[in-house]
Amino acid sequence: MPISINGADYPLPDDPRVSLLDLLREREGLTGTKLGCNQGACGACTVLLDGERVLSCLTLAVQAEGREVVTIEGLTGDGEELHPLQQAFIDHDGFQCGYCTPGQICSAIAMAQELRRGDPSHVTADLASGPNGPTREEIRERMSGNLCRCGAHNGIVEAIEVLLAGEAA
Amino acid sequence: MTPFAYRSAANCAEALSLGTGGDVRFLGGGTNLVDLLRQNVESAAQLVDVSRLSGSIDETDNGSLLIGASVTNSALAAHPLVRSRYPMLSRALLAGASAQIRNMATVGGNVMQRTRCVYFYDADGARCNKRQPGSGCDAIGGFNRYHAILGASQDCIATHPSDMCVALVALDALVHLDGPDGQRTMPLAGFHQLPGTHPEIETVLQPGELITAIELPPATTATTNSEYRKVRDRSSYAFALIAVAGGLEVVDGKVADVRIALGGVAAKPWRAERAEAALRGSPATRANFMAAAAEELAPAQPLDGNAFKIGLVQRTIAAVLTSLAGDQA
Ligand SMILES: Cc1cc2nc3c(=O)[nH]c(=O)nc-3n(C[C@H](O)[C@H](O)[C@H](O)COP(=O)(O)OP(=O)(O)OC[C@H]3O[C@@H](n4cnc5c(N)ncnc54)[C@H](O)[C@@H]3O)c2cc1C
Ligand code: SF4
Ligand code: FES
Ligand code: FES
Repeated sequence: MPISINGADYPLPDDPRVSLLDLLREREGLTGTKLGCNQGACGACTVLLDGERVLSCLTLAVQAEGREVVTIEGLTGDGEELHPLQQAFIDHDGFQCGYCTPGQICSAIAMAQELRRGDPSHVTADLASGPNGPTREEIRERMSGNLCRCGAHNGIVEAIEVLLAGEAA
Repeated sequence: MTPFAYRSAANCAEALSLGTGGDVRFLGGGTNLVDLLRQNVESAAQLVDVSRLSGSIDETDNGSLLIGASVTNSALAAHPLVRSRYPMLSRALLAGASAQIRNMATVGGNVMQRTRCVYFYDADGARCNKRQPGSGCDAIGGFNRYHAILGASQDCIATHPSDMCVALVALDALVHLDGPDGQRTMPLAGFHQLPGTHPEIETVLQPGELITAIELPPATTATTNSEYRKVRDRSSYAFALIAVAGGLEVVDGKVADVRIALGGVAAKPWRAERAEAALRGSPATRANFMAAAAEELAPAQPLDGNAFKIGLVQRTIAAVLTSLAGDQA
């Protein structure tokens, strides 16, 4: 079975050592997803796998067989120039060099879904009732797996906060 | 990375038949194993992917919770029964790694994850008895802020890095195994081994043996009134310096039941049995919590870089139990 990437089928690599990240970047030319640490510590390589955020550097491509991968290139729908979150990052200075941005955005999209589902986080006060909405504190904790070496975190959190507040309204 | 073959197992029987033979490794989410293979700390001839084995969380007839080994850390943390009956377990999971890693990491892989000792990881530059038996230990006399204060040996002072396992040990969890010699079930507290003269042997798991499930005994007041406190160098996405899983039941001002397990102090999740024994039946006061914690830490052997852990663990135990006692203290 192939791997679906942004809706199109791609063959599995012959060598099982190839990471999902290398498959995307080196073999399929999808260079939006970034290589940072290659060891799980930075989040630059975050993609969506069957809708949930994962690290493509620690995923073997063969493990994605028959599953759906969505990368930064696949976020926008037909005729849409930018995903609303991409626009929010521009509006709120959510990046400087932009290297961490694709990972931040994929991560935030899945994070919003986790919040809507009511999944708790480390800072959720009441485990039983779940998170108390997309507060700054919740967003910061939930986005802690995505580092930004330029220190654009304030803008990143603001972009996500404004977008989610708009959604809830 | 040396070349390896990859097979995905559809069920437990297939995993076991593929898993026999030399140099075969089971693969969960890959968050530890892929990293170790890439850094040439480990090598394997074949990986058998067990992350697609059925991963469900089921309540048994007697009220236990049976958790499949391939359940992800995220799914376990978010499960309603874990949140309500065993909150220390949700808390421990949510305090570990990042959302992305928790989505990938499996319960079986979390139990089996290897130490984060930097010398263990440095295959080209450091001596490490765990990686290469007999080569020496560069952590002794080196950077050992994160290393063990209890149960270490002359040959290895590494800690087990899991948050989840600390809560599981406090909850009296059982681990279900299946292998070439059949199935067996044992307390998780006896699963991880102290280093002694063989730090390369970390658990009682036999070659080809697979973790199939974790079982949590029925909830009690002390599992429900529980929390997990992790102290680390930054407030998120960092391994523990030390951690305390605590559970408490107070009746008439006295400790009726207590659970304490410690992370970041030893090569295994450390059940604080001495402290628990000292507290059972005693008045639930902060002074008693401190005294019991001191008793647990009495045999501690600090290193150059981690003597601070002794006091930190004691104060954290007292803080957790005081918080759990609430206005009953
Ligand atoms: C940047 C980073 C930060 C982290 N921070 C934390 C933290 O703060 N707290 C924490 O607790 N952890 C942390 N972790 C570790 C993480 O929790 C583990 O890597 C993860 O739980 C391992 O699970 P896995 O399914 O990915 O295992 P894998 O990497 O797939 O496997 C790990 C080991 O388990 C074996 N294995 C897997 N499944 C089974 C099975 N069913 N039976 C027998 N053996 C099996 C494998 O052969 C391998 O030896 C962090 C990891 C990273 C990369
Ligand atoms: S503490 Fe253990 S894992 Fe670390 S270098 Fe020494 S022997 Fe290796
Ligand atoms: S490149 Fe994957 S986490 Fe850094
Ligand atoms: S914008 Fe440069 S790393 Fe985040």
